[in-house]
Amino acid sequence: MSASAHVLEVRGVHKFFGDNHVLRGVDLTLNEHDVVALIGASGSGKSTLMRVINLIERVDDGEITLNGDDITDPRANADKVRARIGVVFQHFNLFPHMSVIDNVTLAARKVHSMEPDAARAKAETLLSRFGLAEKVEDYPDRLSGGQQQRVAIARAILTDPELLLLDEITSALDPQLVGEVLDLVRELKAEGSTMLMATHEMSFARSVADRIIFMHNGVILEEGPPEQVFDDPIHQETRDFLARVTHR
Amino acid sequence: MPTVETWEPSALELDRRRYRQQSLRRSAIVSIVSTLAFATVIAIGLINSPGWEAVKESFFNVAIGREYFGAILKGLWLNIQVLFFASIGVAIFGTLLAVIRSLRGPVWFPLRALAAGYTDLFRGIPLIIVLYLVGFGVPALGIFPRWPNYVWGTIAIVITYSAYISEVLRAGMEAVHPSQRIAARSLGLSHAQTLRLVVIPQGLRKVVPALMNDFVSMQKDVGLISVLGAVDAVRAAQIGASTTYNFTPYVVAALLFVAISFPMIRLTDKVSKRMANREQNSGTV
Repeated sequence: MSASAHVLEVRGVHKFFGDNHVLRGVDLTLNEHDVVALIGASGSGKSTLMRVINLIERVDDGEITLNGDDITDPRANADKVRARIGVVFQHFNLFPHMSVIDNVTLAARKVHSMEPDAARAKAETLLSRFGLAEKVEDYPDRLSGGQQQRVAIARAILTDPELLLLDEITSALDPQLVGEVLDLVRELKAEGSTMLMATHEMSFARSVADRIIFMHNGVILEEGPPEQVFDDPIHQETRDFLARVTHR
Repeated sequence: MPTVETWEPSALELDRRRYRQQSLRRSAIVSIVSTLAFATVIAIGLINSPGWEAVKESFFNVAIGREYFGAILKGLWLNIQVLFFASIGVAIFGTLLAVIRSLRGPVWFPLRALAAGYTDLFRGIPLIIVLYLVGFGVPALGIFPRWPNYVWGTIAIVITYSAYISEVLRAGMEAVHPSQRIAARSLGLSHAQTLRLVVIPQGLRKVVPALMNDFVSMQKDVGLISVLGAVDAVRAAQIGASTTYNFTPYVVAALLFVAISFPMIRLTDKVSKRMANREQNSGTV
């Protein structure tokens, strides 16, 4: 891990699903404390990009480095790489057979060899900060969607990952629950987390992201500060997409 | 709106409760009467059949039943012991097979293929033939110490039932949604850790009723070790039957087997029902 390296560097990444060319040469760089929002229509490749970064899918060409380490190298230990990246999913994916505290501390105990008591103490602090102090021993099916997603965020950040991936984390939530999750993301940004998030919440992307990336047909078509991408997009495709999602 | 502390059931709700209680009582009375009528018809039919006296004499002879009850009960104790050890063996070996079949990666191909072949083979062979092969064939090789025949019987049951159980467990593991594996792997858990901590605990829960059903089935199949000459309940009944030329000892053995499996059958029903209720959140329909 070299000190000068970017947190995340994606260079010329391609991905095929059969004949379907899903990622067609994606380049992307995240520095420390960057918060980048991926926007684009369904099927534009946002989720696939998240999945190749987290090594859930294998790239068919190109290179991805995490703090200077080539994680697309077949010799890289995928489990170790994934342990350095936190992921929050659209459908939370909490473990239904474990209590909230066990969900949150699982990776700390089993992957990072943290003392169970220390992991628990850290998780309890985090959960009470997230307004979940009373839910520590509950099982996920007793929680609302917004609470479940906050638990999932706690689970993803407990081990201080170098990069946090948020994959449409509010898409499965009722509108009145979206706010509580987005407030949390704002807090994480204030603490300096490096985050890459796919989102359909345009106003949120505008207010929290340092940079907006518009993906279209497997390439990054447009990239820039929110004001530029939202208010003065260069490409017709970007304008069309924004018109559709913001009903303007 | 009244708050929770001050709420008292309204006259309307009390009326509904009264009505439900009444219809519940009515249903109970109807089912008791109908059961009695049904049993009477069957009993009359049996007693008036032309051969009833002969059948009663050779299958339901109380004196003979009493004479062999002790020996059969003693044999049943052997069945219960075999059941106990076979269950442990099946749990270990069946889980092992299921895990082997779910291993990924080319290194594991031979093991995976072996496990697949094993389950195909031993689900196909009738248990009684496995008993003969293991109970008479394997000791004849002369490489094992001289174990009593019920030990070989237990091994044969473990061999056959593990093949069934491993398939049930595998089905349960595959029924766990792939997003659960992805979530576990994203946390950095290895394949083995994901299986042990996330997939198996959830998969097991899904197949508990099926596993209990197989256990009930195993409870009676332990009676087959009698073909190896082990003096279990079935063999004890057989001795009684051939001494007295009367089938009553078999009926006694059958009743005893039903008696030991009955609690498990009821428990299986209860567990299945509870799981269905919890999962479907089904309300009243």
